[in-house]
Amino acid sequence: MPTLTAQQAIAEALTEAMRRDPRVLMFGEGVATKRPELVAEFGSERVRNTPLAEAILAGTAAGAAATGLRPVVDLLFAPFLAYAMDALVNSAGKLRFVSGGQFSFPLVAMAMTGGGWAVGAQHNHNIEAWFAHSPGLKVVMPSTPADFKGLLSAAIRDENPVLFFVDMALLNQEGEVPAGEFVVPLGQAAVRRSGADVTLIAYAKSVHACLQAAEALAARGVSAEVIDLRTLKPLDEGSVLESVRKTGRLVVVHEASRTCGIGAEVAALVAEHAFGDLRSPVVRLTGPDAPSAASYPLEQVFAPQPLAIEAAVLALCKGADRGA
Amino acid sequence: MDPIRTFSQPLDALESMLLIRAYEERLAALQASAGLPGTCTSVGQEASAVGVVATLDERDLILTNHRSAGHLLARGADPARMIAEVMGKRTGYCAGKSGSLHISVKELGVILTSTIVGGELSLATGVALSQRMLERPGIVACFFGDGAACEGIFHESLNLASVWNLPILYVCENNEWQAFVHRRETMNTPRIADWAARYGIEARTVDGNDVRAVRAAAADAAARVRAGAGPVLLECATYRLRGHFEPDDQAYVDAAELSAWRAKDPIVREKARLAEAGALPDERLAQMESAIARRIDAAVAFAKESPYPEFAQLTTDVYA
Repeated sequence: MPTLTAQQAIAEALTEAMRRDPRVLMFGEGVATKRPELVAEFGSERVRNTPLAEAILAGTAAGAAATGLRPVVDLLFAPFLAYAMDALVNSAGKLRFVSGGQFSFPLVAMAMTGGGWAVGAQHNHNIEAWFAHSPGLKVVMPSTPADFKGLLSAAIRDENPVLFFVDMALLNQEGEVPAGEFVVPLGQAAVRRSGADVTLIAYAKSVHACLQAAEALAARGVSAEVIDLRTLKPLDEGSVLESVRKTGRLVVVHEASRTCGIGAEVAALVAEHAFGDLRSPVVRLTGPDAPSAASYPLEQVFAPQPLAIEAAVLALCKGADRGA
Repeated sequence: MDPIRTFSQPLDALESMLLIRAYEERLAALQASAGLPGTCTSVGQEASAVGVVATLDERDLILTNHRSAGHLLARGADPARMIAEVMGKRTGYCAGKSGSLHISVKELGVILTSTIVGGELSLATGVALSQRMLERPGIVACFFGDGAACEGIFHESLNLASVWNLPILYVCENNEWQAFVHRRETMNTPRIADWAARYGIEARTVDGNDVRAVRAAAADAAARVRAGAGPVLLECATYRLRGHFEPDDQAYVDAAELSAWRAKDPIVREKARLAEAGALPDERLAQMESAIARRIDAAVAFAKESPYPEFAQLTTDVYA
């Protein structure tokens, strides 16, 4: 199986999607400049640079999607999505419902976020929960090159607006990616490591932190199951509950800030539907409720680290069990 | 399926304006007397809507906003289904889920409506991009007000449309009012057309209360857009004769200014022109007005008798 970086996997997904469907086009700030191979193959009508104007870029994507095109709009960095909120939330997310089902908005909006490049709070802000909370949108955030390709391919084929968040720290990460076209279905989590004693639920870079912690935990005789959510909206509730019912312990890990993050949703879900199976309280390890810092050491501890995850799990296991 | 209204007869424009006026005034009256949901009426602006929509053909698309009844009715929307929508009934054009503020009718080419001020401007470039890339012949008419022209998105939309040479007819219905604020408080530039010109876009201002002047200007502008000249902006200078959203006592409106614009009522002017030309005998006008009144009566009755949506509709059509 070929080995690709996440960056290369994204490029492959875009190329295949544009070959497959002439309605797919891509635009955004610097898209044509940064993707000359796409321009060479598909031309400058389908691969476009744009002015620095996120509101109209998102609006153009929404209007185009509603009338027969399948746009992929690159909005660069997640904080810039603030400019795009009307088009994404008030138009793409709501106008299908508001029109009584007359329109659909098959668009993909891409944005980077995540610590690792020391770009500071206005380029790094994990706001996936904003969009998970808004009606009519889907939200994905891959953790492996194969999923970058498969989820992007699925997102482009989806009939709904999809926010595709790219964890910047993972862009140069290599991994095996199946050759040829394939999709990773939206709404499906992946079990990255099987275990029996505790469920670790995460997405994006936190999946890798959890896997590292799981290795260390195994050496201490604790068997951790690691679930990669992949899609944040719609959440794969079945996989979450199945795992927690098996292990009885849950630690949710994400880089995004604590309050009203995706972890809060997962914790509530488990409390509602798997309360009887829990042996200990649900724990959330998250970024702090603060803007991200540009200073490298601060940035490094913003996202939960493997040692912290390990310590949290050990504390859970030492705590009084409610039953065997 | 409602047919797109055509404007081939000499009395068509007047009849359409009369229908709009009767519709708007009936809804305002029902809001006051029967507690119907409020609406953003276009009373006084009928010539801008009819004059532009009359020049569009069945291939053209329309984007509009919260003050849309004129555009919808001129295009051929059924007042019965519009009133049903205003009343939140399932027989409305949007199955009762929009209410008055964002009515779209895909089969009439009223392709997207947003009540976010400037929302339609943000969507127009994408709709026009589809027309271009999918090689469809129709142009995109985007209706917005002077208020929307103060939004950043107006400027972003015109700039992008100009750079990408998109087939958009931007129609600014400058009615001097931005909710409860007069335009003199919000812009230093006399005309929105002046702003458009700065983006490399051909722009023109026309008397928005003269339906023939609007129609002629719109036909010219639309022809330029069709010919591939890029986007064109037409500013229709008009006035909002009623308040922003019913009920509205208009206490904030200068009485002398309101009175002066009432004297320029587009319907009165068109009636006078037709009468002068001998094209509008009294019985013909009476017949027209009475038919319209009956049509509105029937529309209200239809809407009142229509059922509300089922509760399950609360969560349908969220996703495709």
